[in-house]
Amino acid sequence: MAQPPPDPQFVLRGTGAAVHALHFSCGGGEPDVPILFSGSEHGCIHAWNLKTHRVDAALDGHGGKSVCWLETMGGKDRLLSQGRDQRICLWDLAEGRTSVTDSVFTENVGFCRCSLLKVAQGRWLMATAAKALEEVQVLELPSKTSVCTLKPEVGAKLGMPMCLKLWQVTRGSQPSLLAGYEDGSVLLWNLSMGKVLSQLTCHQEPVMSLDFDSEKAKGISGSSEKVLSIWSLNEQQNLQAQQTHRLVNAGISDITIRPDKKIVATAGWDHRIRIFGWKKLKPLAVLDYHTATVHSVSFSDHKNPSERLLAAGAKDHRISIWSIYTQT
Amino acid sequence: VCFIPGGLDCSVSFVSQILGKVCIRGRQKEILSVLVPHLTDLTKSDCIWQRICWRLVECVPDRWMEAVVLGFVQKAPGADVLSRLLGNLVVKNKKAQFVVTQKMLLLQYGYTTAVLQNLLGYLSLDSLRRALMIKVLQELLETWGSSSAVKHSPVEQQQYISKAILICLSHLKEPEIESCRQELLMSMMEGVKCHLDSSLPQIRRLGMIVAESISSKITTDGPVLKFQYEEDDEARELKSLLVQAPLLSVLPDLPDNNRNENAEAALPAVLESNGKSPTETTHVMPDGDSDAELDSDDDLVPYDMSEDKELKKTKAPVYIRDCIEVLTGSEDLDKWEEAVKALEGLVRKNPAAAREVSVELAKILLHLEEKTCLEGFAELRQKAQVAVLTTDPIPVAQYLTSQFYSLNYSLRQRIDILDVLVLAARELSCPKAHGKTKHSGAQNPCIQLLPESDSSKDWRRIVDERIKSKTRRFAKGQSQVERPSGPNEFSSLAGHFFFPLIQNFDRPLATFDLLGEDHFVLGRLVHTLAVLMYLAVNTMAVTAMGKALLEFVWALRFHTDSYVRQGLLSCVSSVLLSVPAERLLQDVTEELLETRLWLEDVVEKDPDGDCRRLALQNLLLMENLKKKLETVPS
Repeated sequence: MAQPPPDPQFVLRGTGAAVHALHFSCGGGEPDVPILFSGSEHGCIHAWNLKTHRVDAALDGHGGKSVCWLETMGGKDRLLSQGRDQRICLWDLAEGRTSVTDSVFTENVGFCRCSLLKVAQGRWLMATAAKALEEVQVLELPSKTSVCTLKPEVGAKLGMPMCLKLWQVTRGSQPSLLAGYEDGSVLLWNLSMGKVLSQLTCHQEPVMSLDFDSEKAKGISGSSEKVLSIWSLNEQQNLQAQQTHRLVNAGISDITIRPDKKIVATAGWDHRIRIFGWKKLKPLAVLDYHTATVHSVSFSDHKNPSERLLAAGAKDHRISIWSIYTQT
Repeated sequence: VCFIPGGLDCSVSFVSQILGKVCIRGRQKEILSVLVPHLTDLTKSDCIWQRICWRLVECVPDRWMEAVVLGFVQKAPGADVLSRLLGNLVVKNKKAQFVVTQKMLLLQYGYTTAVLQNLLGYLSLDSLRRALMIKVLQELLETWGSSSAVKHSPVEQQQYISKAILICLSHLKEPEIESCRQELLMSMMEGVKCHLDSSLPQIRRLGMIVAESISSKITTDGPVLKFQYEEDDEARELKSLLVQAPLLSVLPDLPDNNRNENAEAALPAVLESNGKSPTETTHVMPDGDSDAELDSDDDLVPYDMSEDKELKKTKAPVYIRDCIEVLTGSEDLDKWEEAVKALEGLVRKNPAAAREVSVELAKILLHLEEKTCLEGFAELRQKAQVAVLTTDPIPVAQYLTSQFYSLNYSLRQRIDILDVLVLAARELSCPKAHGKTKHSGAQNPCIQLLPESDSSKDWRRIVDERIKSKTRRFAKGQSQVERPSGPNEFSSLAGHFFFPLIQNFDRPLATFDLLGEDHFVLGRLVHTLAVLMYLAVNTMAVTAMGKALLEFVWALRFHTDSYVRQGLLSCVSSVLLSVPAERLLQDVTEELLETRLWLEDVVEKDPDGDCRRLALQNLLLMENLKKKLETVPS
């Protein structure tokens, strides 16, 4: 008899609005406090202290517009936040400060979350949806210079880019970008030449979220329908469909693979978080706590595997923290 | 009997006469069982022998021709053998033609399918005779399509004619079909109508199968007529007739060749299957390996995910009044579906609440029509109705029985009322085995809750089993373990269910005439009354019910529909089984005697086999009752 699924370890309340973005910063050992950043629909970014379960700092820099993406640039003192006010802000949080040191005005009115990749010490690449509806812009940070603009060919009819993932095989090798579009296809872009290497139609509906495992060259994407699609990248850098998984209820808003590549978590429109084994997409658990659409899931980056956590933020203003499959 | 060939100009007329005389005396089997195999061998390749054989049968005098022809047709192992033996006898001889085309097909119906195959195959094998076959087909179709034949002739005869039609169709060739396509179509339309009007499901099914077969033959392109019916052995057998049976006579002639052929055919099949299995196993191997390799790494144990179901937008209603509100007023189809699904459970869980609104619920359910494509809607509605009726029997039964005779209900609704009454009665009465000794092989006579509508056969079967259990007394089998018994809740209610139904059957209304067109409903009503009577065993009202029922039966005993008559006979069985014998003989004597006279009449003269059998069983029951009373010391 299988055990019933576990309850959340704790629940963070107090954001006051639907939670759209989550990011853990727990990599530093003692005496650093493990922090969870959450972005809400009212434009507030909260830094939650995971030891006291209270808000350490509240950052308001997007003029009341929803924050849809959060990422730290090398440690928890520098935070990038993307809001629907068409701005990406860089925050300086060292020594208790809360100020915006820099910002990028993307002029993009869509919902596409950015993607950040560290390419060298002190250098990052960030992919973001650009002003023109179908385009993706890649910027180098912190210089904010444009590396390339990825324009699909005329007549491709891909629609808006919905989700982005920058990746490289190893530190120092050529970075590539995987982008999921409104028409349900996933494209692999070569950044140096700005060209499409491969295209795969994974879904009939817009690709809501995707994640990629560069070690196994295998990726997963979810959309607004009932199907999860697993695809892989072969030697010739071609995308191939590998497997699909049918869900009970339609709609996925976020997918994330745990850093140790053992499990995958999906955030569903049916209020449930689903956990799958990453090797063969074996369904492992269905976590049913929230009472509204789950917008975001995130795995923590604890150095100690037994402390690892999974956070889920939903429309019901709550963030649930789970400790699941931490023994492996 | 050997014939000496040679250049002799022999006359076989003497032999013909002997043959004829022997056959007319009834010794066809003996003489032909010797003669026919010999002739079969001799005529196989020898033309002279064939001619001799033809002369032989042609010379049989007319008065004995029928017997000889019948014997040959029955004895010949195949249509082509018959063709060799008889030649064109049917074309040349009037009497033979009459026997083959009219008597064997239309006037008698006792022959086996093989004989039919022989006969019709024989007719199809020669061009001269094919014209006769077409004529035969037309006459068969005329009979098949005539409504009086469908109503009055026995089921066995109708089956026989259907088989003959199917075999003829299998022999028809394209040009012939072309020429008589219109006629076939017209006769099929008429025939289908008469068959579907019938109350007996067997006749309906025969009509459907034959119509489908005709349609498949005459429509070369485009959609073919397709009916939905129960496929069982009989249907499959009939449909197999449509495909021409292979000539059976080939096998005995070439035993060696055939065996070789069979062996060869068997070998490739075996090789194929062997060939398939290694590849299958090789396919399994790699997957198995890769599975094993991955699983050993994957030690993540899944949690219980049984709660992971489809997210429903609406919740099921929890109160009965909510259900009522949704079912009567709401436009929200999701809520409506949930209410329909939840209703039976709610009624059973809250009997007090249900009793307050029982008649209203009954009214709503009776008029409830399917709004969405809900699976099992009819069953859900029926179960809910039964639940309401069992929770608050008296007012709801009053309501339902009064509505049965009211204006402006569809036949389906009236039959629903009857079904619901029966199911509720069964549930309330829970009859148990009376622990009587019976044949160890006999089936369980207890009534299980069997599936609902179209269960007239089931009711009869139950009553039959009951009769069986009572009439076979000489062998003492093991007695069955007593099932746990409960109080019979039906006892005080039987009258409320029964009498209102029986009251108004002869008053025709504008839209409902039991004695006229709606005799199907009358049949169902009669069967319902039989079951209610049976379930009323050991209740207070049973004698009065029995009396009323026998009068009812008397009034309807000459009804033309055999389904109704079968129902009436099961009513009589129920009366005899349920009313205690003493009461029967004291209070119901006159009706009993009249019924007995009627039963004797039915046994002798009724055209329907089932009716005769039921009547016979009833008479046996009566005899047993009499004997039982005589042996009881008074």
